Amino acid sequence: MTWFSHAWGWVLELTWAHLWLSLPAILLSVAIAVPVGRLAFRRPGLGGALLSGSSLLYSIPALPLLIIVPAVFGVPLRSSATIIIALTVYGAALMVRTAADAFASVDSHVREAAIAVGHAPRELFWKVDLPLAVPVLVAGLRVVTVSTVGLVTIGALIGVPSLGTLFTDGFQRGIVAEVATGLIATVVLALALDGLCLLAGRALTPWRRAVEGAGA
Amino acid sequence: MNLLLEAAAWLADAAHWTGPGSVPVRVLEHLWVTALVVGAAAVVAIPTGVWVGHTGRGRTAVIAFAGAARAVPTLGLLTLLGLWLGIGLGAPLLALVVLAVPSLLAGAYSGVESVDGTTTSAARAIGMSEWQIVTRVELPLAAPVILGGVRAATLQVIATATLAAYIADAGLGRFLFNGLKSRDYAQMLAGALLVTLIALLFEVLLAAAQRRAARAARPAGQKSTSPSNPVFPKGPS
Amino acid sequence: MKRLLTLTAIAAAAVLPLAACGNSDPLAEDSGSGPAGGSGGPLVIGSQDYYSSEIIAEVYAQALEAEGMEVQREFRIGQREAYLPELEAGRLDLFPEYTGPLLQYWEPNTEARLSDDVYAALSEATPDGLRVLDQAEATDQDAYVVTEEFAEKWDLETIDDLADVDEEITLGANSEAESRPNGPQGLADAYGVDAGFTPIEDGGGPLTVKALKDGDIQMAIIYTGDPSIAKNGLVALEDTKGLFLASHVVPLAGDAVGEEAADIINSVSAALTSDDLLELNGRSVDEQLPAATIAEDWLAGQDL
Repeated sequence: MTWFSHAWGWVLELTWAHLWLSLPAILLSVAIAVPVGRLAFRRPGLGGALLSGSSLLYSIPALPLLIIVPAVFGVPLRSSATIIIALTVYGAALMVRTAADAFASVDSHVREAAIAVGHAPRELFWKVDLPLAVPVLVAGLRVVTVSTVGLVTIGALIGVPSLGTLFTDGFQRGIVAEVATGLIATVVLALALDGLCLLAGRALTPWRRAVEGAGA
Repeated sequence: MNLLLEAAAWLADAAHWTGPGSVPVRVLEHLWVTALVVGAAAVVAIPTGVWVGHTGRGRTAVIAFAGAARAVPTLGLLTLLGLWLGIGLGAPLLALVVLAVPSLLAGAYSGVESVDGTTTSAARAIGMSEWQIVTRVELPLAAPVILGGVRAATLQVIATATLAAYIADAGLGRFLFNGLKSRDYAQMLAGALLVTLIALLFEVLLAAAQRRAARAARPAGQKSTSPSNPVFPKGPS
Repeated sequence: MKRLLTLTAIAAAAVLPLAACGNSDPLAEDSGSGPAGGSGGPLVIGSQDYYSSEIIAEVYAQALEAEGMEVQREFRIGQREAYLPELEAGRLDLFPEYTGPLLQYWEPNTEARLSDDVYAALSEATPDGLRVLDQAEATDQDAYVVTEEFAEKWDLETIDDLADVDEEITLGANSEAESRPNGPQGLADAYGVDAGFTPIEDGGGPLTVKALKDGDIQMAIIYTGDPSIAKNGLVALEDTKGLFLASHVVPLAGDAVGEEAADIINSVSAALTSDDLLELNGRSVDEQLPAATIAEDWLAGQDL
């Protein structure tokens, strides 16, 4: 507790930094995964390759990825951009498959009905496919959110501050409270963002509650 | 691009293919660690997941646990466990099991849960016991989704088993750490390529197994939709 | 796959503004946004991802601030491969370093071992645009460390004494030691002692100490400045044949560090002894104080 009494301000700063590394990576992951997932769903031939490819991206170990990203994208090794790009690679890879599943989960009868009542194919994506895919997309988003928040800690390996810093520092100094604070704060932040995703998902699909209410 | 060529050259060097600590030895160690971890995690997670999916009990707790476990940084857990268990393979194996469990658990319970309620009711009506319902109805129907969980867990473990080298002389991670610390990035990238190749191999094998299970689960002309992905638990709606 | 890569590339273009947005927070400050040295802005001081290095950097920072200079702290930057390019590019201006390892980074095959030789070779090897200021008396260098029981059992004081040890010795250290002069190969060449090797990637940290105490390894490479040596009853073996390079604390400075600042830092180095360093490290580990407090207390006790 000695440690915490000196360091709580720092913990807050690191939590804030951690958040600002996580959020862009999560948003970018979704922005990439949704169109790629839709493509994979609409073109099953291409889809298999896309899905397997994304699984493979996820299998690149973090350490080399942090070295490869600056080489490929021309960003400095020790920068927020390196971490955010690396986490986006993982996040998008993780979410592409659910995104494809999400569009597959949309009942084709609904789509046909929408065309029958006069929706143009172009409108279909925004007015029918996307809203109906939201529940499954949100499930995927939640996994990406939680795993991204956990992965941000690898930034400590290249000197980008996050809650992972508590981890390396506490470990070197043998302060268990510091290591535990790093771990717990990471998990709490992940679960808090996860809760926000859940609420956002509910807000975006008001009809589901109506249906469930009626069914109950 | 240059770096990639250097990595290829590193891999092509015959000197790296014989003796202790050579590529084949590290690959075998890596596979061995992966098999142990996925096996141990499956023994714990799949029966638990099936039980939760079948009874519907403890669902919220399992979802919460799987969510929290996903957020735990593996390197952090590994070092804490290392302080407790000492160096060697024990700590990495345990940390990797924690990594593998959420996907397996989610696959097992969402697979069983997704089995149509009318099917299980029908089975009950013709006098099947609960045990028979689980083993003869739910497990075969849930197999594609459960295998999807195995597939996701295996890929995660293959990629993360590199961390075993943090405190043990084992696995392809040795090339990564050695390369990083001595700035031999060709060696590091070569190690990463080997990891990705192994992942590719398992991705192909397990995807095939999953398709086969999906065909078995939906016989006689029923149109098979792509097996839904179990890695992503549905929220407690 | 290719398509995904392209998409990721597009995303990268999108990420940059977002990343910059995150950087409105001083903690996440991007290296590129720091003042590019020399133009009268604050001096940017960095430190390794190592608590002891952070304390020394904080001492530099506060000493400069006490003389009315403006500094900016960029602490806990990972390893040399991450921060040295930034020093060379002028994005960092001042960095506490260690003579031996830094020399070995630039000249892996250097023959220099003794304190003055290492310093001279290092001054020579330092690239244009950078220079090393005076080295401190304080050292923090790698050493072979064994447990007290092991040392007593075999009557060990120097590394030479290992030749009489009649059981298998396993050395635990970061993986790069396996191929470096201070690993098993160098030990065999210089001292004729054969030892096995186990990689432990925590740089002589708690995992290494635990492995020693558990008897999983018999010998480890640990920094002499680490308070855990005394705390855990460990013994550092004397290196009579120069396997390890002398390693003094030395400030690495860029062109932006002017004469006045250099004088201030040199007076800090002149005051910093090995005992001081051990005490500073000990306060960080035992009293769990932040680097700023430890540095402030130490500076208050000096007459600079």
